[in-house]
Amino acid sequence: MFKKILIANRGEIAVRIIRACREMGIATVVVYSDVDRAALHVRKSDEAYPIGPAPAAESYLRMDKILDVAKRSGAEAIHPGYGFLSENAKFAQACADAGVKFIGPSPHSMNLMGSKTSARREMEKAGVPFVPGTSRGLASAEEGEQVAERIGYPVMLKAAAGGGGKGMRLVHTRQELRSALESAQSEAQRSFGDSEVYIEKAIVNPRHIEMQVLADEHGNTVWLGERECSIQRRHQKVLEEAPSPIVDPDMRRRMGEVAVRVAQAASYTNAGTIEFLVDEQKNFYFLEMNTRLQVEHPVTELTTGLDLVHLQLRIAAGEKLPFAQSDVQIRGHAIECRIYAEDPDNNYFPSPGKITVLLQPAGPGIRRDSGMYEGWNVPMDYDPLLAKLIGYGTDRQQAIMRLDRALYEYFVAGIKTNISLFRRILRDDDFRAGKLDTGYLDRLLAKAAPAGASAARDSQSTKLERIAAIASGMFAVLEPSAPGSKNGSAGEAGPVPSNWKQKGRAEALR
Amino acid sequence: MVYEIVVSGEAGGGAGGETSGKPHRLELEKAAEGWECRLDGQVVHIDAVLPRRDVLSLLVDGHAYEIKREQTATDLHMWVGSTRFAVELRDPRSLRSRQKAGSDEKGPKKILAPMPGRVVRLLVAENSEVEAGQGIVVVEAMKMQNEIKSPKKGVVKKIMATPGAAVNPGDVLAIVE
Repeated sequence: MFKKILIANRGEIAVRIIRACREMGIATVVVYSDVDRAALHVRKSDEAYPIGPAPAAESYLRMDKILDVAKRSGAEAIHPGYGFLSENAKFAQACADAGVKFIGPSPHSMNLMGSKTSARREMEKAGVPFVPGTSRGLASAEEGEQVAERIGYPVMLKAAAGGGGKGMRLVHTRQELRSALESAQSEAQRSFGDSEVYIEKAIVNPRHIEMQVLADEHGNTVWLGERECSIQRRHQKVLEEAPSPIVDPDMRRRMGEVAVRVAQAASYTNAGTIEFLVDEQKNFYFLEMNTRLQVEHPVTELTTGLDLVHLQLRIAAGEKLPFAQSDVQIRGHAIECRIYAEDPDNNYFPSPGKITVLLQPAGPGIRRDSGMYEGWNVPMDYDPLLAKLIGYGTDRQQAIMRLDRALYEYFVAGIKTNISLFRRILRDDDFRAGKLDTGYLDRLLAKAAPAGASAARDSQSTKLERIAAIASGMFAVLEPSAPGSKNGSAGEAGPVPSNWKQKGRAEALR
Repeated sequence: MVYEIVVSGEAGGGAGGETSGKPHRLELEKAAEGWECRLDGQVVHIDAVLPRRDVLSLLVDGHAYEIKREQTATDLHMWVGSTRFAVELRDPRSLRSRQKAGSDEKGPKKILAPMPGRVVRLLVAENSEVEAGQGIVVVEAMKMQNEIKSPKKGVVKKIMATPGAAVNPGDVLAIVE
């Protein structure tokens, strides 16, 4: 096993990996940008080195600086976490060239999976189900029209080198196809320097379900069960769970076997995830492979009892998988909420800044993987993910109840977070019934907030309103100047904008 | 102490609010033990403890409430359990003095940065006319861009924001009159 590794990441995932290393007696080296000196991963590691200014391109994405730190500190391996350099084949190659083990798959496997069409050709040979369409770029609009006729509208045009929705077009009729293809091609050329566009049947209201795999470097590959990741917004996952409410043991086994074939076709090693689109008839189609540890890996850890980061380290150190497929058991149910620094009152726009109050949940069935602490200044330069709150229970119902309870305990002030959104999701009838697809969250947010129409509820909220009034007065007399608030107490003169607001209100009272 | 308090209820934190607009009158008098409390003229028996900053444990007739205080550059919120209330709290005596010095609602309005970020670009020039809700400045944070909008119809008197500059919450970006 390694004696020392470097973690080329920040935030909750860097802390997660540091914890695994400490458990295994491995020393940790982290890197940090100028704005991350006080970040939690720097506080918790054994060694930490600065690698440049705040923008990721000048720090966390600088392969040369990271490899230089690895060399100077004597780290034997690099864990890339997720995001940043985690799916960069050039970085994996640079690590190999520098004699440092990259904790992940080989550059060859990453390259293969990086291009959607080359991955598709490999996978088709292995009998992996695809959404009907072409596996190569379209040569002409005529070819596109012929294929669309064969597979049926609506169809989706996709850039081969694409991601994040760029170069994608949904086409409903033959008349729209030609111009949609031209604009998708030019957008793909602009965004990725490659105008190759292919065509697929569009799956209406799909679910997004993914399968975790692990492969050692001795030819053993296993699947560890699926995660339901349909609750997304702006191509960003928000809540994930394992198992999926619609996957039964037979479907799980079939998806798992396909996932293992995908991994084997790519000579894949270490932890990876095969993403599937699932249609309303529960047909599943290969979407892509993520060649890294996923943000949502804890729900799989809780339902399998395995520690994926421990296993990643053991695999990278050359060990064989310590169990066989038949040993893998799925037990209970786990749900993860991604706590983002986002303002629910401002269309979930990011909300960086100083955390003035942090009250964190604990108790049975709760796991919290967090990169934040009270007093920390959340920088504006990176992804808004602050922490992950995971609820675990004997069944889905209990996991929901525990998570709802833990969210009740969770409180963050100073910055805005999306905590309130999760309580809304967990209490929503469609969510409770497991009726999910990738459009679910946009539909929920478009609905008006649950109204307190009933008389019982009105009297309850009147009561709480009175409590709020008493509390605000008690705060004013007991704690007249609140440290951490730049405007002092609410009882004193506020800043100009609230002055006119207060005056407006005051006039309304008279 | 006497306070006038306007509490706006919300169906659930961040899920949109409704303002009852009904002001409460709260009288708090230090007693031998604890506080004597009258809300809208009615005596309420309370026991209050601050276990830590911004957290209040309140007992009312045996019912226990944990209330969290959240203050931003512009707002004050009370979280009773997980229900959020926007609160305007005034000491009527100091209100009068502030009223004299207070700014006029018809006068210039400062547009403030709601969060830390970087100014990406300006959407209007100084002295241009803007509608209420029209974007004035684009501020970027965490890879997302946000249009900061004018709160009223008027003329952009001054723009303090410069593209590329970092801003902190509460910084004045522009003034609309």
